[in-house]
Amino acid sequence: MGVKALDYETLNENVKKVQYAVRGELYLRASELQKEGKKIIFTNVGNPHALGQKPLTFPRQVVALCQAPFLLDDPNVGLLFPADAIARAKHYLSLTSGGLGAYSDSRGIPGVRKEVAEFIERRDGYPSDPELIFLTDGASKGVMQILNCIIRGEGDGILVPVPQYPLYSATISLLGGSLVPYYLEETANWGLDVNNLRESVAQARFKGITVRAMVIINPGNPTGQCLSEANLREIINFCYQENLVLLGDEVYQQNIYQDERPFISARKVMMDMGPPVSKEVQLVSFHTVSKGYWGECGQRGGYFEMTNLPPQTVDEIYKVASIALSPNVPAQIFMGLMVNPLKPGDISYEQFVRESQGILESLRRRARIMTDGFNSCKNVVCNFTEGAMYSFPQIRLPPKAREAAKQAGKVPDVFYCLKLLEATGISTVPGSGFGQKEGVFHLRTTILPAEEDMPAIMSSFKKFNDEFMDQYADNWNRSRM
Amino acid sequence: MRRFVIGSARSLIERSRQNYQFQRPLLSSSYRLLSSTPAVDSPSSSSTMSPPVALNTINPKVIECEYAVRGEIVNLAQKLQEEINTKPDAHPFEEILYCNIGNPQSLGQHPITFFREVLALCDHPTILDKSETQGLFSADSIERAWKILDQIPGRATGAYSHSQGIKGLRDTIAAGIEARDGFPADPNDIFLTDGASPAVHMMMQLLIRSEKDGILCPIPQYPLYSASIALHGGTLVPYYLDEATGWGLEVSELKKQLETSRSMGITVRALVVINPGNPTGQVLAEENQKAIVEFCKQEGLVLLADEVYQENVYVPEKKFHSFKKVSRSMGYGEKDLSLVSFQSVSKGYYGECGKRGGYMEVTGFGADVREQIYKVASVNLCSNISGQILASLVMSPPKVGDESYESYGAERDGILSSLARRAKTLEDAFNKLEGVTCNKAEGAMYLFPRIDLPEKAIKAAEAEKKAPDAYYCQRLLTATGIVVVPGSGFGQVPGTWHFRCTILPQEEKIPAIVTRLTDFHKSFMDEFRG
Repeated sequence: MGVKALDYETLNENVKKVQYAVRGELYLRASELQKEGKKIIFTNVGNPHALGQKPLTFPRQVVALCQAPFLLDDPNVGLLFPADAIARAKHYLSLTSGGLGAYSDSRGIPGVRKEVAEFIERRDGYPSDPELIFLTDGASKGVMQILNCIIRGEGDGILVPVPQYPLYSATISLLGGSLVPYYLEETANWGLDVNNLRESVAQARFKGITVRAMVIINPGNPTGQCLSEANLREIINFCYQENLVLLGDEVYQQNIYQDERPFISARKVMMDMGPPVSKEVQLVSFHTVSKGYWGECGQRGGYFEMTNLPPQTVDEIYKVASIALSPNVPAQIFMGLMVNPLKPGDISYEQFVRESQGILESLRRRARIMTDGFNSCKNVVCNFTEGAMYSFPQIRLPPKAREAAKQAGKVPDVFYCLKLLEATGISTVPGSGFGQKEGVFHLRTTILPAEEDMPAIMSSFKKFNDEFMDQYADNWNRSRM
Repeated sequence: MRRFVIGSARSLIERSRQNYQFQRPLLSSSYRLLSSTPAVDSPSSSSTMSPPVALNTINPKVIECEYAVRGEIVNLAQKLQEEINTKPDAHPFEEILYCNIGNPQSLGQHPITFFREVLALCDHPTILDKSETQGLFSADSIERAWKILDQIPGRATGAYSHSQGIKGLRDTIAAGIEARDGFPADPNDIFLTDGASPAVHMMMQLLIRSEKDGILCPIPQYPLYSASIALHGGTLVPYYLDEATGWGLEVSELKKQLETSRSMGITVRALVVINPGNPTGQVLAEENQKAIVEFCKQEGLVLLADEVYQENVYVPEKKFHSFKKVSRSMGYGEKDLSLVSFQSVSKGYYGECGKRGGYMEVTGFGADVREQIYKVASVNLCSNISGQILASLVMSPPKVGDESYESYGAERDGILSSLARRAKTLEDAFNKLEGVTCNKAEGAMYLFPRIDLPEKAIKAAEAEKKAPDAYYCQRLLTATGIVVVPGSGFGQVPGTWHFRCTILPQEEKIPAIVTRLTDFHKSFMDEFRG
């Protein structure tokens, strides 16, 4: 028998091109070491509950009741569940068409989508249409669905920030499109310069690529910067002029650790700008239950909201969504709870606020601890984590280290991160997994390890780093690039 | 037979780029056979003229794919539903009866209590420490929840898991597969997914490199396959099930279609078999399965075994045998056959569609291919944890001696016996209709009756630019509120007409459905008998 149908050689080439470093080489090596008994601190993915963050109590109570509705008939249910959780469970069950076990509308439960629309309206001050909101099994699925509509072939380019969250590069590879990078400026706090955008687009067009969409991640991943209103206006104007769909990845909108630049949605800015921009620019905004202070990654809950897409396009997107039948219903309820939170006076309100604020305040403190910790290390420079969940320090690797990496057949930051892992058990993701300027190296870690563990983690890192830098120090100059 | 003839979709794209009238065309059409020049924007244009996500500039594969189960007929049904909601006597029926989709719990089927107890406890583990919990939950559900939570690092059910799914749950599933088949299963071969459908998409993505790659699919088929192949840019190679022999699957037909497509330059990569069948409901005989395995082995095809209805078998003379078991019993192992088996929590007696739980078991692949499958799975990080837990429960339900076993067994048997009764009642009812023959539903959740439509009806359909079976279904809906899916959504021998009706409405509603359907059919035939 000759070549089998699923031999490596005959696999879809696009699949082979895909890279997703977040669960790539470093993670696999860390998992191996863990199996061998080494203590590993996984900071490779934004997975709060895996590092000890507790789920918020109220949503778990509500969803548990929805899972087992017979509890609602039990006279003793009040011994375990507060009245407002019971009421909410009944509310969400009434919105479903047969409980958690029935496929919902392929776009998501209409009542929940209405709650999302109301949330958006409260947040931005502009009405939102539930018919243009689709719930998805995580924001990632939504991103893939939208990119699948846009990308027709390798002639289609998508503007993606560098560094970026590699869902974008991976999906573009899988769909056979072209990634058009625009570089964020590290020395300007990972700022976005519209001139960089123009240049990237011009270069792409020169190569014969049709640039179709622009991705912004705000707050940024891995970089954490929060875009200013002025910046958002520039971006929206740019999309208007260049006829690009704007894809606004806003999954970290609750994770803001400074007060100078609060979160503003791309939609709000666009609406504030008025016509023609507010009526012409096509925008898709993404959100999730995985981040914020909820951290419910394992539920796989998200949504996207479409603005200014023609009805026939929305219908096609609906059609594709219907092939997958429906997003998972429990996560839809989590989404409803997230966008329609408890109010003052509700029985569980105070506990909810205490839990939420506790998490957010701790994240803010950890962002600071980590940034300062990295900045105290030799040859490490780290921008402050303004938002999201990550720290992305620049590691200035001396020439000797880069040479050693080359000898080992590894990209320099991968080499560094593997050594860090072996020495300290800290599992990070090398900057090359996100993209960076040529010859500049970073790693991404999360700010999620428990606060009480942070000092030990940072000093363990510092010890490794400073020893590494001494080991590979250039004897002639100071180790600076 | 628009969808299921080997041909290019180019002319369809061309048509859509012209005056696109939004509709879901169900017409069988000869233009599917034509090829024409590609009609994609030339890359050098800077596309400043049209908005980027307008219909004529979105990915043409998106436009091409179709999914009739939630297609036009359902849109119409929802519209009628809204009309009844505002004006209860707007139509000659009180309610819409959705018989279009295998969604048991939306029609009143109850979930299995034990499963929901465990899931609730895993969703809110804090209460496991409270004494009151023992008064509200069965002891074995508490025990199972503890066992599962101990398999999850940090008992964190809200954390992303391993991209193949939680290891301990995969161990349980592998043990369940082994108990079912009598042959070992490796937890590393299992990929837990958000329902079986994403797993099917993953395999299509891996297998399809271009439209020159073909996937053999049964006709009639569940249109996930045709849609997925279209989305990934491949070619569906049809093989016809034989209605006259209870939807029999002949290897000779497989061979014939394989040869034909190869002669047209198609590289056939895989064979899809749905067992029990959807929409056709047949359960394959073991001998038949052996011949299929042999065929795949000889031709180097990946066998994609959709086995989501494995627990829905209603006839004593047939049993479900997994293709894994069949191939292992033939002495074939990893080196002999590439096999992907799909299972779901949506069907069976559990019917947990909304949970989106399922898995694929992948055997007979090299490590390098497995790495690629893992890599693709990792981009989405993981499937939802609650669905993963449910998949493990489905594959290892309560056993004899467990506290919940009796009530679990009663729930399960009650649902399955009711399904068997409804399958028979509806089959008999369809067979009594003039010009209608209906094969038995040996398994799954559907009936797929064939209607001999009179010439006059076919002409009336053509006048409305509808496929004849779509026309019949629409008339049925507007007269009775019953929603079924036209056979053209699944594929059928050209010139034959069918519709798919689920057996899921609650038993007490079935007599009314039968009456209304019978009355409608009679008046339809009176109108068009000619």
